[in-house]
Amino acid sequence: MLAGMTQIETAPPPVAHAVPAVELRGLTKSFGPVRAVRGIDLTIRPGEIVAFLGPNGAGKTTTIDMALGLSRPDSGTARVYGMEPQDAVRRGLVSAVMQTGGLLKDLTVAETLRLTASLFSDTRPVAEVLSRAGISDVADRRVVKCSGGQQQRLRFAMALLPDPELLVLDEPTTGMDVTGRRDFWSAIRQDAEAGRTVLFATHYLEEADAYADRVVLVSQGQVVADGTASQVKALVSGRTVRATVPEAGEALVARLRALPGVEDVELRGDSVLVAGSDSDAVARYLLTDTAARDLEITSRGLEDAFITLTSEGTQK
Amino acid sequence: MTTATIPQRRVPPLGGFNRTLLALELRRMLRNRRTVVFSVVMPVLFFLIFGPGKKYSDESAGHGNVTAFIMISMAVYGAMLATTGGGAMVAVERGLGWSRQLRLTPLTAGAYIAVKVLIAMSLGGISVAVTYAAGALSGAHMDGPVWVETAVVAWVGSLVFAAFGVFMGYVLPSENVMQVVGPALALLAFLGGLFVPLSQMGAAFQAVAKVTPMYGLSELVHAPLTGQSPGWAAVANVVVWLALFAGGAAWRFRKDTARV
Repeated sequence: MLAGMTQIETAPPPVAHAVPAVELRGLTKSFGPVRAVRGIDLTIRPGEIVAFLGPNGAGKTTTIDMALGLSRPDSGTARVYGMEPQDAVRRGLVSAVMQTGGLLKDLTVAETLRLTASLFSDTRPVAEVLSRAGISDVADRRVVKCSGGQQQRLRFAMALLPDPELLVLDEPTTGMDVTGRRDFWSAIRQDAEAGRTVLFATHYLEEADAYADRVVLVSQGQVVADGTASQVKALVSGRTVRATVPEAGEALVARLRALPGVEDVELRGDSVLVAGSDSDAVARYLLTDTAARDLEITSRGLEDAFITLTSEGTQK
Repeated sequence: MTTATIPQRRVPPLGGFNRTLLALELRRMLRNRRTVVFSVVMPVLFFLIFGPGKKYSDESAGHGNVTAFIMISMAVYGAMLATTGGGAMVAVERGLGWSRQLRLTPLTAGAYIAVKVLIAMSLGGISVAVTYAAGALSGAHMDGPVWVETAVVAWVGSLVFAAFGVFMGYVLPSENVMQVVGPALALLAFLGGLFVPLSQMGAAFQAVAKVTPMYGLSELVHAPLTGQSPGWAAVANVVVWLALFAGGAAWRFRKDTARV
């Protein structure tokens, strides 16, 4: 499984005796014919802020569900602080902010928190989590009357109650507007500064880049890259230069390959496609030293990067 | 927060079951206007329509009058609506994803069901108490101990329908589960002789009625008033239906927790 993975891991070596916050080994899960998770290994050390980045349907939620003990893997194991996920949940070591649902409409915000708090052995005071989530002003409002952003902050406040070592967020800003998203993340970041371990799933590269120390790229149920945010960003942020070059041939391809930063050259009839990190150099060369015309430069989106990385993964 | 060792944390006792949870759940239930109307206002209203002020009202029904007989019937009907509705809250909470959210807390599935049943039984108790209060104020007469005996049987017996409600809560995924179950309960109450005494119905109707879930409880709850022994058929009816509903609820519940 690891053979096809782009290994750019440079994280510090594990602290002696440290128990990993999360340890996933060979997780697989299928729903009928759909292989949602196809062998995921992942170790998260205490204190890390990890983004689980991938397109919709990559298996992020399925993996998180297994890490939280909400669903059982077909094979493989999930451990949280060395325990069965459910044991870690019962001890308040891990809590989670899920994407949608999970709230009773007819309770008020404060009642929801009091109810949730009553279920744990030890919790932070309700007033404290209200203010940390920034919803003290709507404490007496019924959940049904709260906006999507307020409901999401309520989920966050609920997750803060047991003062968990590990906080898991599954696409927490889905459906929020730009301001709501920024406010939500600033609350999370403030909280993480105190040393909490955070694992969040997202399909926004910007979110992963802005808030995570480490980005784990998943696609089609597998980890395809794992590294720092800037490494993964570099991996997915290359550009493609496309141009029509009459009588383009293997000689041109070879010369293009020799240019700095060029990763891939493809010939399609009269068109040549060059992928790489230095699109300026490629464009300059094509326009000055060849008969190239109709030149286009496009930045490679995250989706393209996923496809590239995934097809590399399956070829090897 | 330490990073070098597993942090020491405690698991709450009783699977997370606690009084704050019960109090908030009860408040939530009583705040639901539809639930209160269905399980408390409606049986009282039915009693007031059919019980007092009729030609038959003061006729003897054994150790009390016919008004008391009708009061008991309506109290059982109310308790049945209340406990079924309480149990069926499971459907609403599953639909909202609340059950899933609770799995991210220490609350065990067993403790969750215990809370649902207790809340359902509390509302059932309120329903019986209010109907009896209305009866006492509007001409229902019974010997002193019969008040207590019939009330206790009505309340405890409604456990059958708390189990029925939880079972339906797992079978029917709808948020409006009571819209399906409500009419079914009216039919069961009719078959159980709560609205019209079974003795006034035909033989075929009576034969069918005897195997329906309300029959046994209806016989048992009126027995202290009429002074007639309810018979083993009634006891067996209650026991078998309770076992079927509780078993069904347990079966669906286990499937549900295994699935997600």
